[in-house]
Amino acid sequence: MAAGLRLEKTHKHPTLLLAGETLLLDLCGGVWLPEHRTLIVSDLHLEKGSSYAARTGQFLPPYDTRETLACLHEAVIRHDPARVVALGDSFHDHRGPERMEPGDRAMVAALQEGRDWVWIAGNHDAAVSEGVGGRYADALSLGGLVLRHEPSPEPVPGEIAGHLHPCGKVAMRGRAVRRRCFVTDGIRLVMPAFGAYAGGLNVRDRAIEGLFPNGFTAHLLGDGRVFSIGRAQLARD
Amino acid sequence: MAPTGAGKTLAGFLPSLVALSERAAAKPASKTSTGLHTLYVSPLKALAVDIARNLDAPIAQMGLPVRVETRTGDTPAHKRTRQISRPPDILLTTPEQLALLIAHRDAAEFFSGLRCVILDELHALVTSKRGDLLSLALARLHRLSPDLAAIGLSATVREPDELRKYLVPQVLSPPSAGGRIHTSPNEAQVPSPERERGRVAVSALDEVTDPTRALLPPSPAMGGGKKRQPPMADLVTVRGGAKADLRMLDLGRSLPISGHTAWHSMPAIYDLIRAHRTTLIFVNTRLQAEYTFQELWRLNDDALPIAIHHGSLDAQQRRRVEAAMAAGQLRAIVCTATLDLGIDWGDVDLVVNVGAPKGASRIMQRIGRANHRMDEPSKAYLVPGNRFEMLECQAALDAVEEAAQDTPDARLGALDVLAQHVLGMACADAFDPLGLYDEIVSASPYAELTWESFEQVVDYVATGGYALRAYERFAKILRGPDGLWRVRDARTAQAYRMNVGTIVEAARVRVRLGRTLRSKPGTVLPKGGRVLGEIEDEFADTLTIGDTFLFAGETLRFEGLAEDEALVTRAPLGTDPAIPSYAGAKFPLSTFLAERVRAIIADPFEWDRLPKQIGEYLQQQRRRSVLPGERDLLVETFPRGKRHYLTAFPFEGRLAHQTLGMLLTRRLERDGLRPLGFAANDYGIAIWTTRDVSERAARDPDFIGDLFAVDMLGDDLEAWLDESAMMKRTFRQCAVIAGLIERHHPGLKKSGRQVTISTDLIYDVLRKHQPDHLLLRAARQDAATGLLDVRRLGMMLERIQGRIIHRALDRVSPLSVSVMLEIGRERVYGEGADEILAEAEAELLQEALS
Repeated sequence: MAAGLRLEKTHKHPTLLLAGETLLLDLCGGVWLPEHRTLIVSDLHLEKGSSYAARTGQFLPPYDTRETLACLHEAVIRHDPARVVALGDSFHDHRGPERMEPGDRAMVAALQEGRDWVWIAGNHDAAVSEGVGGRYADALSLGGLVLRHEPSPEPVPGEIAGHLHPCGKVAMRGRAVRRRCFVTDGIRLVMPAFGAYAGGLNVRDRAIEGLFPNGFTAHLLGDGRVFSIGRAQLARD
Repeated sequence: MAPTGAGKTLAGFLPSLVALSERAAAKPASKTSTGLHTLYVSPLKALAVDIARNLDAPIAQMGLPVRVETRTGDTPAHKRTRQISRPPDILLTTPEQLALLIAHRDAAEFFSGLRCVILDELHALVTSKRGDLLSLALARLHRLSPDLAAIGLSATVREPDELRKYLVPQVLSPPSAGGRIHTSPNEAQVPSPERERGRVAVSALDEVTDPTRALLPPSPAMGGGKKRQPPMADLVTVRGGAKADLRMLDLGRSLPISGHTAWHSMPAIYDLIRAHRTTLIFVNTRLQAEYTFQELWRLNDDALPIAIHHGSLDAQQRRRVEAAMAAGQLRAIVCTATLDLGIDWGDVDLVVNVGAPKGASRIMQRIGRANHRMDEPSKAYLVPGNRFEMLECQAALDAVEEAAQDTPDARLGALDVLAQHVLGMACADAFDPLGLYDEIVSASPYAELTWESFEQVVDYVATGGYALRAYERFAKILRGPDGLWRVRDARTAQAYRMNVGTIVEAARVRVRLGRTLRSKPGTVLPKGGRVLGEIEDEFADTLTIGDTFLFAGETLRFEGLAEDEALVTRAPLGTDPAIPSYAGAKFPLSTFLAERVRAIIADPFEWDRLPKQIGEYLQQQRRRSVLPGERDLLVETFPRGKRHYLTAFPFEGRLAHQTLGMLLTRRLERDGLRPLGFAANDYGIAIWTTRDVSERAARDPDFIGDLFAVDMLGDDLEAWLDESAMMKRTFRQCAVIAGLIERHHPGLKKSGRQVTISTDLIYDVLRKHQPDHLLLRAARQDAATGLLDVRRLGMMLERIQGRIIHRALDRVSPLSVSVMLEIGRERVYGEGADEILAEAEAELLQEALS
């Protein structure tokens, strides 16, 4: 946090009702479903850094997997979930699991210990990965909620999806702040990407805006808490 | 008299022309070239092309059998290939092209006969990473051709010895190597023929070679123990001709306390343009260029041809302006530092510098752009924009009168540049690490490089230098059983070639004039309009639709981004631009001028030499508060409105002050004083808080002293670096230069905005998991002198310990007004991202409630 900051510490993790279920929007970028004791994270993109070395010879710091798992670890400590759902694109490519360091692999195993762990298939990791534990599914229903990687083209009440890596941008007085965010119109929700190296797509892009014909609210991940910003305050890139 | 632009530089070629004609005479039968003899390196490719033209004429007139060619980014591939197989006698090129040449597989043969290398505008090159790159190339040339003589051409600098060291190998070198540095106080000067003849290729090296150096792995202590004269090139100084006719533009009216536009001087500047043949008007920022240009045209009843030139304008437009200037078609050009160097303009008879001079040497070099004739004085005016700039102008006038210089200190070679070079050397040929290390430390910027650091660089080039050995099997360079390192494959070498160079342009977007539909007001057609130039991504990011800003001499309205272009329309006449500025070169006030300004303020006898209003202003300050002594720091605290203010006047330049402001707000926050933000200019800073600093200082007499304690540069700095946007920008540049991020990639279209992964994300992850990584070290080294100017801040803090004068006032003092006026005019710092988000959130709540 920058100097001189005065903020109320309320709403650090705001809650939301979707299809009658309570969702807590965690500052880390995950969704916590208290009634189902389920933690949902989307687009981990594990081993994205190492994929560049393999494909293009650019040696990005190979610590993104470790960093992403550390954040996930914090959220798991915070909520102690019975179930963790990784909402697709958990690995940046299908060879990601092979490249994972033994230490990181052990970390995944430790997180899975005593929990139901569900890998939802994404477009980057459609093929089932071997040797990383957990079970696999194309989608999952929890109460009134439907969990899948890509948002359906037509509105599906209670759908929670990822895939689009939404980011919101606020521009004011010659400064711009761009942050990952949740997007919702009260009917469905698109989650931010969780991975340390995952990029972002502006929520004002047609691919996201088009999913919410009646407008939306973006919940931006700030430094100290989650901020709820209206469409009118969100700038395009 | 030599024709303009053909003086000093042509003199540099004279020995080569003599040697080449002798070479031809010795072998009259042989028609084939005997290889490259002379290499000329210039910071600007346009300059290289221009020199080639200027050389052709005398060579043709004398009938010399000498072939001169240029090699720049524009040289076609077939010609490049031919230049390698059949080299010209003289090749004119740029530092980047030279880096590519020495990384060529045939480099050893190509340069084996090289006798002379001429480095033009050396004073300008050595202050940047390009100078580091060039020094490494020069070290390689000295090795490939032991008889090489290096000649540097430079304007006058403060420490000529640094340039002399730059030219010759510093430690281990063949004793025959020699070099010369050639300086002149004014770019215009032509060396006298007597001096030219008297100049002999003297070896600058004596028996300094340390025999132990060749055998032992080099140690970091090397050179530290024994004090001995480092090898240096000969120095040839050409005395100046007529003294410059330089004065401050005095309007006889009082100047504002703040602001840099010098709006009050525009009619006077216009009159000067009318009274001269051709006027060069230098300004410090692009914004200022835009403003000045617009104001001059507002006054331009005579429709004089006045043009604008700065780095953001469309390249074609810039070329047109340059051509028109060379052809004598323009009466004035408003320009930024883009024309500090460059082709000499024949007919310029007046230079006007609008705003603060910032540095004595900079001003002298700018003045030198006028009137390139020995016998006539260069004529120039300094135009201050406010009262402080008046002090600065006076300090600069004094400095010019004494011919005092304030060019920057010699650089410590950058590690990111070294990484690029090491990969290049592997592309040229297999290298032995000990041999390459010896070669590298012979370049003066790298003379202090330790063996450990060099090993880290090699490790970085090979596999990224990570503690987590993730990339061994993808290594870019591999060490063979013979102990030599080789480049992995042709693709890696190609990627190196595509990414060579140290100039990292900020990602930019084109600005295109959109067409509005008359039938449907408010609709903008995205296509068809012309491109006005480019703006930095960072600036475009802060724009929202409807914002107005000055660009390309017009007030434009931002209409949105479409396919990586910023669409704009012309704002209605009379619209004031709403967005105050966009990124452009901003030079901080030099330490030297800052000292002089402090001295003038401290000494009332000096005030007599200043315009009367300045003396009165300083008198008022003395009555209402106090004037600090030459080495003191004045701190004032006072209430205003509902806030409390702290102002301080270190005079250390905007960059150091911004860093100071960031660190002070952190401390005030921790002390519970609730700082809200701060503003900085070249002279001081103002911080505003919710709680009363005066009251705290009254309770605790050590409070102000502790606030400015040197330990600020410890943990506070560390913590701030974590999140500093400027540090992230610095890191990005290092990452690009060192090849962590490739700007261009074989087989992929070139990218601007789409640079792989955001370097901000990479910075965050790397800092957390390997804080001592080579690239973070490189970024810190840059931060010390670059955007954060930490070194200067440190020197200031040392200076003022025990010399802080605090005044608790009941209202703002005359001095403090100057920096208070920056609030609202310049971007305000210290606002956290969360504050901006909270404000946007509040707007949503407002809507919900209304």
